Amino acid sequence: MSDKLTLPKPQGPVDGAAETLLSVEGLTKHFPIYGGFPIKRKVGAVQAVDGVDLSVGVGESVGLVGESGCGKSTTGRLITRLLEPTAGKITYAGQDISHASRRQLAPVRSEIQMIFQDPYSSLNPRQTVGTIIKSPMEVNGINPKGGIEKRVRELLELVGLNPEHYNRFPHEFSGGQRQRIGVARALSLNPKLIVADEPVSALDVSIQAQVVNLLQKVQEEMGIAFLFIAHDLAIVRHFSQRLAVMYLGKVVEVGDRDSIYNRPRHPYTHALLSAVPEVTLDDETEDRERIRLSGDVPSPIHPPSGCRFRTRCWKAQDKCATTEPPLVQISGNSANHLTACHFPEDPTTEARAEDIVLDPALAALEKEGE
Amino acid sequence: MLQFLIRRLSGAVVIMFLIGAFTFFLFYTIPQDFAQLSCGKNCSPENIAVIRENLGLDKPITTQFWEFMTGIVSGRDFPQGHCSAPCLGVSFDSGDFVWDSIKDRFPVTLSLTVGGLVIFLLFGLGTGLMAAWKRGTVLDKLVSGASMVLSSFQIYFLGPIVLSLLVYNTGWLDSPKAVPFLDSPGEWFMGMLIPWAVMATIFTAQYTRMARSTMIEQLQEEHVRTARAKGMRQRYVFFRYAWRGSLIPIVTIIGMDLSALLSGAVVTEFTFDLAGIGRLAVEGSLSKDLPLTMGVMLFGAFFILILNIVVDLAYAYIDPRVRLA
Amino acid sequence: MTTLTKTEGEKAPGGPEAFLSVRDLRVRFSTEDGIVKAVDGLSFDVERGKTLGIVGESGSGKSVTNLTVLGLHNPKTATVEGEIVLDGKELVTATEKEMEKLRGNKVAMIFQDPLTALSPYYTVGRQIAEPFMKHTGASKKEAKLRAIEMLDKVGIPQPAMRFEDYPHQFSGGMRQRAMIAMSLICNPDLLIADEPTTALDVTVQAQILDLLKDLQQEFGSAIIFITHDLGVISKMADDLLVMYSGRAVERGSVREVLRAPQHPYTWGLLSSMPRLGGDTAQALTPIPGTPPSLLNPPSGCPFHPRCGFTAEVGGNRCSGERPELPAGRGAACHLDDEQKSTFFIEQIKPRLG
Repeated sequence: MSDKLTLPKPQGPVDGAAETLLSVEGLTKHFPIYGGFPIKRKVGAVQAVDGVDLSVGVGESVGLVGESGCGKSTTGRLITRLLEPTAGKITYAGQDISHASRRQLAPVRSEIQMIFQDPYSSLNPRQTVGTIIKSPMEVNGINPKGGIEKRVRELLELVGLNPEHYNRFPHEFSGGQRQRIGVARALSLNPKLIVADEPVSALDVSIQAQVVNLLQKVQEEMGIAFLFIAHDLAIVRHFSQRLAVMYLGKVVEVGDRDSIYNRPRHPYTHALLSAVPEVTLDDETEDRERIRLSGDVPSPIHPPSGCRFRTRCWKAQDKCATTEPPLVQISGNSANHLTACHFPEDPTTEARAEDIVLDPALAALEKEGE
Repeated sequence: MLQFLIRRLSGAVVIMFLIGAFTFFLFYTIPQDFAQLSCGKNCSPENIAVIRENLGLDKPITTQFWEFMTGIVSGRDFPQGHCSAPCLGVSFDSGDFVWDSIKDRFPVTLSLTVGGLVIFLLFGLGTGLMAAWKRGTVLDKLVSGASMVLSSFQIYFLGPIVLSLLVYNTGWLDSPKAVPFLDSPGEWFMGMLIPWAVMATIFTAQYTRMARSTMIEQLQEEHVRTARAKGMRQRYVFFRYAWRGSLIPIVTIIGMDLSALLSGAVVTEFTFDLAGIGRLAVEGSLSKDLPLTMGVMLFGAFFILILNIVVDLAYAYIDPRVRLA
Repeated sequence: MTTLTKTEGEKAPGGPEAFLSVRDLRVRFSTEDGIVKAVDGLSFDVERGKTLGIVGESGSGKSVTNLTVLGLHNPKTATVEGEIVLDGKELVTATEKEMEKLRGNKVAMIFQDPLTALSPYYTVGRQIAEPFMKHTGASKKEAKLRAIEMLDKVGIPQPAMRFEDYPHQFSGGMRQRAMIAMSLICNPDLLIADEPTTALDVTVQAQILDLLKDLQQEFGSAIIFITHDLGVISKMADDLLVMYSGRAVERGSVREVLRAPQHPYTWGLLSSMPRLGGDTAQALTPIPGTPPSLLNPPSGCPFHPRCGFTAEVGGNRCSGERPELPAGRGAACHLDDEQKSTFFIEQIKPRLG
């Protein structure tokens, strides 16, 4: 273990929940857009992340799901401070790091590591695997027992690679093996939190499970907390105990696995779950609800007023356009299951009497077919 | 569009001013007395003083700079007479107005450039497209090999060979010379023929290679495959879908080459003994003739900036994703 | 150059209804590193109006096969052997001109990424109308009306206005809709969809999949649906072909293959994939090792280096002898039928949660 711990020892669960390692309040990131004439000035902003509240407990695995443009990756980059937040507060182990300088961040940086989606572009092709894995230790001046090289070999073994491959280059490895190298690099500093941004979506199906299992082993055996960012709801469900659903820069629903997957309340969560194509193994007929939204996600430059999902929601009323629904525990929800919706759905994913088909083309074709 | 033009043209004026300022002050860091240079070897101090006054060198540098810059916009008066706008000053060396020298030399440069451009675009793009169409065949390999060899040739190497073959040894053609187009189009054409051919040979080779490689790259694009999957004819796919995408890199290079050629094809002019802008620039530089050098430089910069804007307009025309703003 | 050899293929495993039949297809590419056997002895049939799903990972040869059906491989580097018969017409030996008449008309294709698959330089409308003009001889005006009708059908709002838009002005889902409109404009008998929803978001994917299914009903086209996602295929296909290392390893109806799979590779795919209704306490069972190299494919059964059942077969049959895929329902595996069913029920199924 590194001797530069900034983290107090975990003191066991308080009130049944793990102690908070990372918490984020009102996290906001707006990317400015410049334009205008004759002098260029800020004319708008991409509201990538807009007031996100989130927490990750010590050793906990939290999933962050949503579709492209929902701000999940930006959130990951804000937490690892690869991006500077526009507003909001990031607290890591009791320390406010929202706007910490490079120097202040240094001890925290080694405890929060990131794993990227693309195992091809996130490794330097001119460095050997050994150099890639040991450089974070060298940069941070960490000298583990038995020397850096021994530690690198241990890490290679831990992630399921041959320690003899110390001197090989990334291009000599397959996609799955490269992602393992990325994991070894992230582990080299004994992190407390790993932000994994779509860590398996670039891999072949048969390889995805290898990497998911490795990450799960790392999470469970080493007690590392994970923020697992992915669009694949089945993989997130498998990996995370708790998860947050994002839509257009906001968290619309957050709760434990069971709440989100079996008792979702937000219409968007319903739509998302219903859209996942599932292999049905037994002869049972499809008993899940069918919801087909219309169109795509609106632009984050001009998000809808009030509830951002209202333009695609079948339950939307006037109130949704004027008042933004707060993220709260609504009646019938278990504790820690928060939903941002004025008119929540019933907590079930079972098939409805009538499918919800908002897509006009689909609706027309299906009417014709009847 | 209009906004784009206003923004870019006003930007170009600012850049021209900065280039002028930069060259002007850079030149003055040379520890030389321009009046001395201008006067020659046997020069009395009185003469120097007179020259200095005539050239305006007795005034402070900032005043000189200001006079130079205002001269471009509104003209200036010199002992020789009025120099109308755009006045680029008086040559230290010859005492002529710089703008007049440029006007004198420019037709030669323009003839060289336009003629060469027509030839190398026609042949270069033509053979390049042909090689891409027939890629992998003997013809393609032949074209690729030849263009590789030719593009590494130099004008000062190829020029004398062609001259001695076609002019000195056989007498089939006259030595290259610059006849004004309006005086006699036929003689103008014959006089320029050899320089065009030699210059265009090297450019042709470069354009062949570029056209071939960008076309082959474009043919790998997925949207080109989609067009084929729709059943469109190969020729149609080639000339509509692939060619359209190749235009962007080709137009970029044409813009760069054109502005370089218009500001003086130094090597070509010297090789064929033609008095164009390129020679003027070298002469000015060798004799440390500040106004002349600056004039030619600003003249060249003008083309670079204008062609830059033209190329950007072309991008917007070619690719609907490009927005002019 | 293309070497066109007609080999005597085995007789049709499918019914007489087969609209497309591929027999013993072999596609090889010569590269600097050697010969890549992208497709190695593949046979399958597609029936009129039905959907054949082809599942496989990258390098399994699923995309190459379908580019070959349309003759879109590069003839300078690819060698194609075998037989592709579409509605009684041999395609491997067909001329480019004959193929041009077929493409976009009788057989159309939808590609994975609608952003790169549509030309950025021309309007969406023009790109959709083009094949209609080419194949039906319609005038520009007629083609425009037809294209607008198609845009409306696939659910593009204000189709007459959007006709003039460029692809970059469309969202991802709308681009794929436009792509579908383009592929269906000539009412093709066969539609090849190569991972048509992989680049899309889940909710958009669900819309597009349903749209394709509904349009198939209306147009009556047969579909070859290529994907790596078993979940998607289970929603889309009637029949299923599992590909590995350029070969078909299992074939059957979707129900048969997904509920009683017979090939260890199919078992591996199913058990390495978490499901929404699965047991989260159950660890995933990945397929060990990495996909095979197509330059030096393993001897015998290409899956044997990653297979956990080679010992059950005994001897070195798995590494020495290539298992054949039987006609109709079946798997290319040396395990006998009883073993296939017991191993699945006893060892694999409990893991699927």
